[in-house]
Amino acid sequence: MAHISYRQALHDTLRSELQRDENVLLMGEEIGRFEGSYKITAGMLDEFGPKRVRDTPIAEEGFTGAAVGAAMLGLRPVVEIMTINFSLLALDQIMNHAAKIYGMFGGQCSVPMVIRTPGGGGQQLAATHSQNVELFYAFTPGLKVVAPSSPADAKALLLASIRDDDPVLFLENLALYNTKGEVPDTDEPGEIGRAAVTRTGSDITLVGYSRMAHVALQVAERLAADEGIEAEVVDLRSLRPLDRQTVVDSVKKTNCAVVLEDDWLTYGIGAELAASISDGAFDWLDAPVRRVAMAEVPLPYAKPLESAALPSADDVVTVIHQTLDAVGRRSDRVGAR
Amino acid sequence: MATTSRTRKRPESQQATGARRTRPKGRSGTDADTGAELLGHYRQMLLVRRFEERTAQAYTEAKIGGYCHLNLGEEATVVGLMAAVTERDYLFTNYRDHGYALVRGMDPGRVMAELYGRSDGVSRGWGGSMHLFDTEVRQLGGYGIVGGQLPLAAGAGLAISYRGGDEVVLCQMGDGTTNIGAFHESLNLAALWDLPVVFVVVNNQLGMGTTVEMASAEPELSKRAGAYRMESARVDGNDVLAVREAATKAVERARTEQKPYLLETVSGRLRGHSVVDPATYRDPAEVEEVRSQDPVTALHDHLVGTEVADADTLAELDAEIGGIVKAAVEFAENSPSPDPTSLFDHTYATPVPNDSRRLPADPLFPLDPTAGA
Repeated sequence: MAHISYRQALHDTLRSELQRDENVLLMGEEIGRFEGSYKITAGMLDEFGPKRVRDTPIAEEGFTGAAVGAAMLGLRPVVEIMTINFSLLALDQIMNHAAKIYGMFGGQCSVPMVIRTPGGGGQQLAATHSQNVELFYAFTPGLKVVAPSSPADAKALLLASIRDDDPVLFLENLALYNTKGEVPDTDEPGEIGRAAVTRTGSDITLVGYSRMAHVALQVAERLAADEGIEAEVVDLRSLRPLDRQTVVDSVKKTNCAVVLEDDWLTYGIGAELAASISDGAFDWLDAPVRRVAMAEVPLPYAKPLESAALPSADDVVTVIHQTLDAVGRRSDRVGAR
Repeated sequence: MATTSRTRKRPESQQATGARRTRPKGRSGTDADTGAELLGHYRQMLLVRRFEERTAQAYTEAKIGGYCHLNLGEEATVVGLMAAVTERDYLFTNYRDHGYALVRGMDPGRVMAELYGRSDGVSRGWGGSMHLFDTEVRQLGGYGIVGGQLPLAAGAGLAISYRGGDEVVLCQMGDGTTNIGAFHESLNLAALWDLPVVFVVVNNQLGMGTTVEMASAEPELSKRAGAYRMESARVDGNDVLAVREAATKAVERARTEQKPYLLETVSGRLRGHSVVDPATYRDPAEVEEVRSQDPVTALHDHLVGTEVADADTLAELDAEIGGIVKAAVEFAENSPSPDPTSLFDHTYATPVPNDSRRLPADPLFPLDPTAGA
């Protein structure tokens, strides 16, 4: 075990995969000479050379599509798209090509590639640089979408993504890059399509992914310490496939749930989770499933406006309180102390 | 060979600068090419012609669904291009892909079965007319999104270059594609990275109904190559030998020098954009001119005129091709439809847990049989 950052886990994993498999190559804007906008690929151009660590022009559609074509011939490109906002420029190649080629041609040709890209607002980057559009990819059959929240999962799921024969969108998050955690030394790939219960509890289920799974854990610890509320936290880890069973199993235990998401509420991933919980645990629910999501505006630049729009830990606590109050459980708990 | 000479009216501004399309001069004709080769090309062109005519019929009989775009009028281009690549080379095309599949060597029965949506189709009934794919002949897809195949072709070129191979990628597109961003991004990448990709613009002078002049500020599309320091050529797409010669040069350059190339072939479209398009927007005189330059008729007359073959021999050939097309239709008719139980067979190449296999009326979770009791 090593105690390292999410960034370091990604860096080390990319490096070891480049060493392991000659078919793996990195492509993206500023990943080589500039060493990556977020320095995930620092030092790699020097170590592996420009053939395998390939700086691209600013042409998301072109280089993402080129990665798809190279994958069709058996290479395993790992594309870095500087932020998920810019993936919109490659949407045709991701949704119409990477996601379709295996099925549309009757399973004759797979597309073993990874698109690494960070989401995450909250850095005063304003409206076009602060979106969380992973929903578009999670919506699309043929793609796999993973969104690790811890350094250990970042390593395990990146290994799984690179070794998988399908196109995987690997969602990172700007706010997570510097977070640290224990990471196993062994190269054991994680399982795409499985959620994890990262904290057990009996009072309420919190569901999140990426940064919000991290926030959920922090909130759960705070509530346990301050109020004796024991929240169970489900980290989705994989957005497609979606592990509904793990979520529903938790809700059957706690009888209520709050879903956390960094993106807009209407039509969002939280809506899918709420509907799934309704389908799978209707008779177990003591309160409506609540969603904590970003305000539905283009994210503003000014800090007070940005802070008001983004879901915070305090927002999550407020909604947990409201949910527990609705079922009369908080007063019991508080009274019991 | 001598197809009908063609010069089309061009905008005055272009004529003033001499940017007029003319047939290339001085290329090889029957002197340098054996009659047998030409006859072989004619046979393939005839296969495309008769297959497409029969396809149009099957479409109007509702045997074929979806969109259906034919290569009628582009037979010389298709055959000339396919004569320039080897079986080890890769091909990417747009949605007007039937002719390429046939000449590249896909079985006509399996191509027709794909159009019919049957399980023996080259894409197992998952792709249809626009998405013919066969790894055996390295035709890596017809693509329905205009420009979608260009980045893919560049990427295939990257894989070849990465491994130090000597295969070439031929990437076909229509004239309208030259205005989409993927065209610029892909040609730039290919030139920047020295990728062995021959981009071919099949200029049939019409998008759907939009002419090249309406859509392209520079209607001589091969000139776009200059922006990427890429070599290029523009040839008469109705002249199978001219196309073959130009494409061979482009392919060999890509193979030996690892350099991309932009080739433009200029021909016409004998029918509407797709089978259902009556093309009422076209000037009858323009349609008549395209018909008068019909590459199949022209080659037929040339073969007879130069005594490579007499009319009776060519009629026998036509009958033989008719038999192949008839057999293809019979094969398609008799091929079973894909079984609905195979619906989830091609979602992922690597199986993963929680992969959705839900049909529209299926519940997400098992229904409780006691509910509502």
